[in-house]
Amino acid sequence: MSEKKTKGQGFFSRLATENPVFATYLGICSTLAITTSLNSAIGMGVAVIVVLTLSNILVSLIAPITPDDIHIPVYIVIIASLVTIVSMFMHAYTPSLFTALGAFLDLVVVNCIILGRAESYASKHTVVESAIDGLQQGFAYTGALLAMSLIRQFLGTGGLSFSNPFTNNVVFAFRIIPEGYEISMFTEQFGAFITFACFAAAVAAYKNYLAKPAKKGAAK
Amino acid sequence: MSLFTLFISGLLINNIILTKFLGMCPFMGVSTKLNSAVGMGLAVIFVIFGASVLSWFLYYGILVPFELEYMELICFILLIAAFVQFVELFVKKFAPELYKSLGIYLPLITTNCAVLYVAMDNITQKYTLVQTMVNSIAVPAGFMMMLVIFATIRRRLNQNDIPKAFQGNPIAFICAAIMAVAFSAFAGLV
Repeated sequence: MSEKKTKGQGFFSRLATENPVFATYLGICSTLAITTSLNSAIGMGVAVIVVLTLSNILVSLIAPITPDDIHIPVYIVIIASLVTIVSMFMHAYTPSLFTALGAFLDLVVVNCIILGRAESYASKHTVVESAIDGLQQGFAYTGALLAMSLIRQFLGTGGLSFSNPFTNNVVFAFRIIPEGYEISMFTEQFGAFITFACFAAAVAAYKNYLAKPAKKGAAK
Repeated sequence: MSLFTLFISGLLINNIILTKFLGMCPFMGVSTKLNSAVGMGLAVIFVIFGASVLSWFLYYGILVPFELEYMELICFILLIAAFVQFVELFVKKFAPELYKSLGIYLPLITTNCAVLYVAMDNITQKYTLVQTMVNSIAVPAGFMMMLVIFATIRRRLNQNDIPKAFQGNPIAFICAAIMAVAFSAFAGLV
């Protein structure tokens, strides 16, 4: 048991085994759609972190005075207002990111992670705990987006690039796979599904690996 | 764009699951059994059609005259939540057996991103009322088609010997990847 604890409790293994995207299949729609480049992955990740943290804080504040019958509509209105605010900010300060994310910025409202955390965590915990939980979940989601977009952009365009969304200056851009040899399929739908399947399988395999020694110990 | 091309493009070319990645959660959750796939598909067609037409009236009847277009998102999601709740009550009262078989999936339609996407897409594309109606039948019909196709594929998958890590959802995503390639052939249709 103690062995399992030390093995499964590290930061990175918890990032994998408790990842909202790869382990519980929440918020897949946006993960598949916008991970074609690092830029949009980071933009989306930041938007979700902000909305998720704020919504967790607000929900934990008003949960005690919300009637049970209408709590879902109330939470959804809170989330929708936050998303509207964030998308207005993005439209004003990072217009290139706003166009790249397109409809998916508005669809953050129906990202299952946000409503899921509001319902299952924030409504039952204190403000500080909820804020920390929102940050954790948001960063785990962003980590999943980054992992997907790194692989897809690298294989699909032959290199990686990132530009500052505020000024559109290129921060870094390099190319390793020579022109003509990149697998452009990876920036399309096919690549999204395949990359996701491989990550999900890797997380499942890691979970199996963690579970094994515990089972052996029990058998002895 | 003629209504027929609009229908075909919503159904096949821009299939909402394979090209827009929307509605993935019910797609993965409900596509394990054929019966629930059909039930879910019909419920989604009804909800998307009703919600889209209502939000079209809401947008052009209330939001535009009062210059409140920026409230689009909040109003639409409220309308969808209320509409789903209404449908749930209606089905519970008049078709209790259907209500039982749909179970938890009925209220979950609220958080199906496809519903919100279709409602908002009709506005961004500046569709007329008739085009909105056609589009909001074609898109969920494509959704239902994929659910049914996938339910049959998954039945076969369950009988195969699949590496342990890929069992369940990962192998379903690989199938979806291959189907996305097949569906990309429809791109030249219109």
